[in-house]
Amino acid sequence: MRMDTDQLIRTLAADNTRARPVGFVLALALLAAAPVSLLMFFTELGVRPDVMTAMRNPFFDLKFAVTLALATSAILVSLHLSRPEASMRGWGWLFMIPAGLLVAGISSEMMMPQRLPMMTRLVGQNSRVCMSAIPAMSLPLLAAALIALRHGAPTRPALAGAIAGLLSAGIAATFYASHCTDDSPLFVVTWYTIATALVTAIGALAGSRVLRF
Amino acid sequence: MREREGEWTGLMRSAISGDGAAYHRLLKAIAPVLRAAARRGLARAGQPVDQAEDIVQDILLAVHLKRHTWDANAPFAPWLFAIARNKLIDALRRRGRRVFVNIDDFAETLPGEAAAETVSASEVAAQLESLPARQRAVLQSIAVDSASIKDTAAKYSMSEGAVRVALHRGLASLTARLREQ
Repeated sequence: MRMDTDQLIRTLAADNTRARPVGFVLALALLAAAPVSLLMFFTELGVRPDVMTAMRNPFFDLKFAVTLALATSAILVSLHLSRPEASMRGWGWLFMIPAGLLVAGISSEMMMPQRLPMMTRLVGQNSRVCMSAIPAMSLPLLAAALIALRHGAPTRPALAGAIAGLLSAGIAATFYASHCTDDSPLFVVTWYTIATALVTAIGALAGSRVLRF
Repeated sequence: MREREGEWTGLMRSAISGDGAAYHRLLKAIAPVLRAAARRGLARAGQPVDQAEDIVQDILLAVHLKRHTWDANAPFAPWLFAIARNKLIDALRRRGRRVFVNIDDFAETLPGEAAAETVSASEVAAQLESLPARQRAVLQSIAVDSASIKDTAAKYSMSEGAVRVALHRGLASLTARLREQ
């Protein structure tokens, strides 16, 4: 069988299937994967028992502000990067929001009298759980995000994969934050960041393979 | 150049809102530009330029399957050239060359004429052979025999919807196979 370019063009023009926007597909994929991560959360971790009192601690609430800001920024940037002509210019600052919230948290904690020394707050009690639970709960979300982003046309697949990693780590960290009793921003900036960096690296590696089009 | 690109954007807007004739015209208009750029890229990489048509077809397939990522408020040419550049780099890499493709390859070229006669069957045509029977039959009917969707449906006693699905899936799996080869 032969197909010259004119024939191909005619064939393409005959195919009027409408594709769904990448944002819609990403939303569906994340909604499908979130229950898997939540199942892991509730079977292995669960919400901390003193959550009602914890909610009155602004540093407990700050964890959610940071992780949700990270997840939201990463969703916006990954949708932007699913367009082939997109670059990071003008978009990277979005990640200054979660980073800035953390810095603000650290400085205000510094200004308050503390019962525990700084290093004790930083090391905390859950660092190991934090570093394994966030990546573990991220993986279903990361897989879903990558599948959805394949629907896009990212011309920088490793970068797009890394952002998908940030996105999934942001959501997983939001779940984890409700379990963890370490509320110090020093703990968050250390261990959450290490866990997030790990997922981001996995995302970049996977993205450079599966996000090519 | 500006005028040409403005026209493309207009055609693509009509295409996205369902104007098949505008879409056909747009693809016909961009093909020579892509061809010239592909030839230039191949020549610069020291590759035979007669492979340009494979790259053109690869780009056209990607344009088609990724057209939902184009923002109708943005100009069409930067989007097109980003896809074309990506596909050209990809094609040259598959041929074992590390190359730098200049975006200006696309922006500044004059349209290239189609090769007078494609002697060898293209990569797309070769991959066509390996598609599932139904997708292959539908593609053959529409591409080679120039049949309409309606006629194709009648010929294979399929619904028009099923023909559309087979056509779309066939184009998608063609692209997947080209990428994997």
